[in-house]
Amino acid sequence: MREEIMAVSAEALVGEVAKLKVLGYRLVTLSCTELDASNLDILYHFDKDLGLKHLRLTAPKAAAVPSISPVYFAALLVENEIQDFFGLRFEGLVVDYRGTLYLEEEALKTPYCRFSLRSADQREGPAAALDAETNHPNAEKF
Amino acid sequence: MRKTVIPFGPQHPVLPEPIHLKLTVEDERIIEAIPNLGYVHRGLERLADIRDFHQMIQVVERVCGICSVIHALCYCQGIEEIMGVEVPPRARYLRVMWSELHRIQSHLLWLGLFADSFGFESLFMQFWRVREKIMDISEATTGNRVIVSVNVIGGVRRNPDPEQIRWVLAQIDWVEAELQRLEDTMLEDYTVKKRTVGKGVLTRQQAYELGAVGPVLRGSGVAQDARQTGYAAYGELHFEPVVETDGDCYARNKVRFRETLASIDLIRRAIHRLPDGEVRTKIKGIKPPQGETVNRVEQPRGELLYYLKGSGQKTLDRVRIRTPTFANIPPLLVMLPGHFLSDVPVVTLSIDPCISCTER
Amino acid sequence: MFRMTPNIVRNLVVRKSTRMYPVEVREPFAQVRGELFNDIERCIFCGTCEVKCPSQCIQVDKKACIWTCDPFACVFCGVCVDTCPAKSLYQKTKYRSPTGERIIISQQGQPRKKDKAKDRAGESGTPKGSGEEKADPGGDPAT
Ligand code: SF4
Ligand code: SF4
Repeated sequence: MREEIMAVSAEALVGEVAKLKVLGYRLVTLSCTELDASNLDILYHFDKDLGLKHLRLTAPKAAAVPSISPVYFAALLVENEIQDFFGLRFEGLVVDYRGTLYLEEEALKTPYCRFSLRSADQREGPAAALDAETNHPNAEKF
Repeated sequence: MRKTVIPFGPQHPVLPEPIHLKLTVEDERIIEAIPNLGYVHRGLERLADIRDFHQMIQVVERVCGICSVIHALCYCQGIEEIMGVEVPPRARYLRVMWSELHRIQSHLLWLGLFADSFGFESLFMQFWRVREKIMDISEATTGNRVIVSVNVIGGVRRNPDPEQIRWVLAQIDWVEAELQRLEDTMLEDYTVKKRTVGKGVLTRQQAYELGAVGPVLRGSGVAQDARQTGYAAYGELHFEPVVETDGDCYARNKVRFRETLASIDLIRRAIHRLPDGEVRTKIKGIKPPQGETVNRVEQPRGELLYYLKGSGQKTLDRVRIRTPTFANIPPLLVMLPGHFLSDVPVVTLSIDPCISCTER
Repeated sequence: MFRMTPNIVRNLVVRKSTRMYPVEVREPFAQVRGELFNDIERCIFCGTCEVKCPSQCIQVDKKACIWTCDPFACVFCGVCVDTCPAKSLYQKTKYRSPTGERIIISQQGQPRKKDKAKDRAGESGTPKGSGEEKADPGGDPAT
């Protein structure tokens, strides 16, 4: 990437973001990528005078991440989206859809995770991980 | 006063797309709006797992029906950046031409729908009549009307000949003349002003902090447009963003109208400077994309961001799309409270919502 | 309100901008990507189109030399036409007209081998480039 990326930890995240807000940065969005079976990579993109700046947070799937929506209200939709698609919990969201922004309440899946994070009552073991890779919900439609 | 909750959408006469807003009203005034998404969610980002990175062009074009060229452009620029592919100058200018054509048709569509949202049916028809000409240009130069599949990694697929270019210029002159005839009505008419001035005000500070993009941000007085970064050939065309300062529905309307005329100008400038030569770089023999990038372009609705990550395989690891409407929904939630229920369609449409984009 | 009046008056006197559609149809532009066809005699059954098609609507049976396409899944992108090494695919400028029934285009070709002449003699029963065959009974090809 051309722009500067700064790694942050979950504890320091809200402080760093608040600092950027004071400096006059605009929140562009968050991008979440799955790294492996237990870790997610979240990029926070900020913009000021057409220059981008990114914060990178590596978050374990199981632990909750502090929400930045109290600082930047604009983060509420994207944090809810990540909650839906990757099953990551955000703590302190201003409006918390609890994983039902896009998905229905009955659907307990994390459709954007390749590795098994489906709830234990569906399938188990390494076969489930393999299955989740080949049979993710979108594959059936096409 | 008792509170009532009124659902607005997903099916509503003025909204062509399924957004659902839960409006809490007191008497006739709105005190809270909560959006509910998910009616057209298709999971296109995940298709990157089974389609290779060339086929993803056709997939990302279908994120939004109105601005297919610009989605594909952003995606291709991202991949070109990772792979280190140089795009020929003629292709860069042609990309500008097609992007601006798409901006014009999208803005004309919006101007029509906006007129319709306050019940000005004949104005609506007028704008759509003009728009038809732009669709014809698209069809004649690229081969399809809306989803034109003209961008590829390394350039563009069509190379219009000089005669076609002359024809495009003539058609654009006609469009400009027709628009100037409608300018007086759209910007000065009593009924239009009555319904839009002072509605849905977003201050400069609010717009910036809520992450508004595109005409919503520029209507509030922030001169920010991703085209200023000079991608494709914009850096050589002396591009100036269109800015209004009032921050209400009327200002956004004015920004879009003026942008339409500015786009016509940009097309002329791009065509006059159109270099000769190749339009497509061969990318045979270059390894599939490995690395990550963030690319931004300006869509009709605002800034569009793609985050792409590849690991040297034929399929990409992650395609993340942040569409402009997604960023403009939080400002909408702040704009709505305090307005009458009858103003909701006008204010909602003033951000130019594209829900298919938003949910991907 | 009166600002619209000149436009309205003008619209009363100028030519109509709409067409009586099914009766009067505009000529398509020369470069339009419309319905997809395969000139099966030139096809070498390499399978490139099957791999490249973003909507995965083509199947090529290399052994039996059958080219199958689901025309309703085709998105008219023209990628297959661009990449076909034998230039056997082409698109007409007209779009496919709507039909009531789903059809699958299936074309039987002949293998391109050195012993082509022999094959041809053996398969004289199959008409060359027999055109679209119906996959489901009763379906009429929309050509
Ligand atoms: S790419 Fe062309 S030659 Fe190859 S199988 Fe398809 S139609 Fe036949
Ligand atoms: S035109 Fe596009 S969608 Fe249709 S068969 Fe060819 S590659 Fe597939």
